[in-house]
Amino acid sequence: MLKVNILGNKVSENIIRKALFLCSLIAILTTLGIFLSLLFESISFFKVVPLKNFLFGTHWNLQIPLRSDQAASSGAFGAVPLFAGTFLISLIALIIACPIGLYSAIYLSEYSTKLERKIFKPTLEILAGIPTVVYGFFAALYLAPFIKDIGQAVGLSVASESALAAGVVMGIMIIPFISSLSDDVINAVPQSLRDGSYALGATKSETVKKIILPAALPGVVSSFLLAASRAIGETMIVVMAAGLTANLTFNPLDKVTTVTVQIVTALTGDQEFDSPKTMSVFALGLLLFLVTLFLNVLALQIIKKYREKYE
Amino acid sequence: MNNKLNVKRKSAEKKFILLGRVSILLAFVFLAVFLFTIFKTGISGFYKSYIKLNIFFDSEYLELPKDYSDSNLRHADFQGIANKAIYKLFPNVKESSDKKELRKIISSYSNLTIKNALRNDKALLNKEVSLEIPLNSVFNLLNKGLLDENLPQEKRNFTDLQLSFFNQLKNKGLISKKFNWDFFKTGDSRAPEKAGIGGALLGSLFSMIICFLFSFPIGVATAIYLEEYAPKNLFTEFIEVNINNLAAIPSIIFGILGLSILIDFFELPRGTTLVGGLVLSLMTLPVIIVSCRAAIKAVPPSLKHAALGLGASKTQVVFHHVLPLALPGTLTGTIIGLARAVGETAPLLMIGMVAFVVNLPKTPLEQSTSLPVQIYLWAESAEQGFVEKTSAAIIVILLFLFAMNFAAVLFRNKFEKRW
Amino acid sequence: MVETKKEIIIECKNLDVYYGNKQAIKNVSLNVYDNQVTALIGASGCGKSTFLRCFNRMNDVIDICKVTGEIHINGEDIYSKEQDVEKLREKVGMVFQKPNPFPKSIYDNVAYGPRIHNLTNSKKELDELVEKSLIKASLFDEVKDRLKESGTALSGGQQQRLCIARAIAVDPKVILMDEPCSALDPIATAKIEELIIELSNAYCILVVTHSMQQAARISKRTAFFHLGELIEVGNTEELFQKPKNKMTHDYITGRFG
Repeated sequence: MLKVNILGNKVSENIIRKALFLCSLIAILTTLGIFLSLLFESISFFKVVPLKNFLFGTHWNLQIPLRSDQAASSGAFGAVPLFAGTFLISLIALIIACPIGLYSAIYLSEYSTKLERKIFKPTLEILAGIPTVVYGFFAALYLAPFIKDIGQAVGLSVASESALAAGVVMGIMIIPFISSLSDDVINAVPQSLRDGSYALGATKSETVKKIILPAALPGVVSSFLLAASRAIGETMIVVMAAGLTANLTFNPLDKVTTVTVQIVTALTGDQEFDSPKTMSVFALGLLLFLVTLFLNVLALQIIKKYREKYE
Repeated sequence: MNNKLNVKRKSAEKKFILLGRVSILLAFVFLAVFLFTIFKTGISGFYKSYIKLNIFFDSEYLELPKDYSDSNLRHADFQGIANKAIYKLFPNVKESSDKKELRKIISSYSNLTIKNALRNDKALLNKEVSLEIPLNSVFNLLNKGLLDENLPQEKRNFTDLQLSFFNQLKNKGLISKKFNWDFFKTGDSRAPEKAGIGGALLGSLFSMIICFLFSFPIGVATAIYLEEYAPKNLFTEFIEVNINNLAAIPSIIFGILGLSILIDFFELPRGTTLVGGLVLSLMTLPVIIVSCRAAIKAVPPSLKHAALGLGASKTQVVFHHVLPLALPGTLTGTIIGLARAVGETAPLLMIGMVAFVVNLPKTPLEQSTSLPVQIYLWAESAEQGFVEKTSAAIIVILLFLFAMNFAAVLFRNKFEKRW
Repeated sequence: MVETKKEIIIECKNLDVYYGNKQAIKNVSLNVYDNQVTALIGASGCGKSTFLRCFNRMNDVIDICKVTGEIHINGEDIYSKEQDVEKLREKVGMVFQKPNPFPKSIYDNVAYGPRIHNLTNSKKELDELVEKSLIKASLFDEVKDRLKESGTALSGGQQQRLCIARAIAVDPKVILMDEPCSALDPIATAKIEELIIELSNAYCILVVTHSMQQAARISKRTAFFHLGELIEVGNTEELFQKPKNKMTHDYITGRFG
């Protein structure tokens, strides 16, 4: 093997080691690149649109033409409706995904037969593998009209792109995520605790509700936070099934828009790279990045802090 | 001794089991409904409707001299001779408005079919031959039974007159349905009956190759560094924190990164598979790193010690002994990571891979689209003809993802060694 | 000294236990008396823990385990369809080899059983029951000021006594103990052994132990197992000094195990 000569000497050892180290820096560089590029462009944005207006303004409209010599009108970049829309849709998604995901995980790990596992575990894995654009298509083409028809049959007025439709489909997408994370934490609870509970005459459900879930609680809460982060950052489902115009409401039957939708919308069409409309993308992106980062770090901290509790 | 469990506790247990069963059933039912709907609408997208017309390659009408050039071909009105052929089938139709409705039945891109027939066989000039001409999208759908004939005329996109023409053609046995191989070969089009995923498939392919070329070496190198060389200090921990973080960042932010740094700063061409592949590689990196680290960890230390004992240097141990054994596990994780990347849409939208591209891309430096982006673009289209195409494209991508994951599982089962 | 005749509380007839195709317990018949400690001894792998787990049907938790034969406790067949296993376990408690307190407060650990079986009607009653159980387990004095603290924060010996208090709180007839001291240091072991002897005045106690000295110290009756079969059972003193079976004699004198 010729390679023996090349690798054997100290100089090449050093070079290889340095090369490997440089590669591992790419992860850091990427995060840094994301953060810095978002930050710098956001700063330019906030020179034109004051931070206060952005964070607290309730009027978001990218279509208002801005003359190049005019400061941005204070209502055009108020992101509150976006926050509300993101919150509403994510909430609906979590309301669906968390109970179904958690109960599925509990049933599959504590109650299911081999046959049931053979059918339902792949079901969840397949759901996890469906691209979000496909979910979005299904939501826009089938679920949204379906909900609208049901609503009209019952006498409610439902928008053609209701937050409910987008939220439900997003929830279904997140179910496997919660189910698999919960499954991990439930299995991590030691069998000795289960044995102790059964030996005292508790039923399986009592053992799950009073011993296993409380012991697994940090992990479960952490998985909910990660799911929330996923829901907030989701783009395609909402781009295809939610609205494009900002609407400050908490009615799930209404049409709302989210932060991610506006990021995508702001870049379609031709603009100069420096227009406030394009720069708003970075401000929204920075906000999204910080919020999801916060949720992810919080989730990690919860697991870390309570890991010592029964180990 | 009271042997029976309290009724309340028993019913609580039963309720709990029921909740669990209902939950997994809901997930199962949704999947079933979803797959059924997509396959039902998508299967028709793989078929194309044709009308058999007798095409007369009139050299005078086409203004083609005996030795015509390509530019002669380009300007020839092939659509016209297709129209003539269909008028011939209805000699009683004289009004120009009626004739207009008649010719709308065939695809407005029929000229391409006819031109290609002439290209392939020059002898056809001034001859009449029977060709299968594609139908216009509306009638393509009508032929497949996807449009409601009973709606009032204002709510349909075909008139009563066109419907009667169409039924007459059907009764004469001139309408047929064939498997649409062109769907995989042609690029996008404004006309749904002509649109195909060929361009998108190539775009996805290029993106995947570039994604793999960047993320695999760097991911493996990072994993090797962290497992074999990195000292246990704060900086190493910082690297690991960053990697875990990258895995959880929303995909659209990678798109923004690609836009601002790759396109704006490095001035790479917008909307190309080069940029798309690079952005996707950053997203795939954490997956490869994690699976490679796990694979390296699984290599028993005794093997490493044996090599070291024979006088091998650290690098030789890693590259000659550890890495080959860790490769299967790493590749399994890589396939899974690439499968995830295949389905990504949002970052590609941000870097501009949304162009309406008709021609198939030949290099990664050309404007292109990818399969999920194509699905998105067609889904957003107002034309009804694109619904079956979107579903068909979804079937293609789902089959492809299934194949990739299946391959990963097979690979893992074949190469997983139990030490 | 004339010993009062003890009641037979557990009757075990022709018990067989299979793990899949492997037979772990072969045709064992044994009677266990109330208000005394019966020790189960034998080499590792002889099936004594498996045998013990039959009495509170903990083997039901293991999928591939099959049990045939009869076990009657207080005259009732515990494997009958009429018997709900949760009710059985209220009457037959268990203490495990490695102490396994729940990650809850000391109070909640002891109160867990009474709560799920609805044994008390008020908080005051529950408080009293918890206190009584901890006293009976010789733990109350050490923890009375910190009942809200986590049970897992106690020392190994204290945790095991907490597990015993937990088992006592549901007022069982029988207490099963699977090598209760093997994870503890000698001082904690001595405390637990003292406790077991004291508890035997009120409960029927079955103890699996790998230590013959321990069996000699705490039990009145001893059953010797070998490879799933019951070789000999009898009064502890007699068994150790004048074993009837050669195998018992070999085990006791250290020839194997």
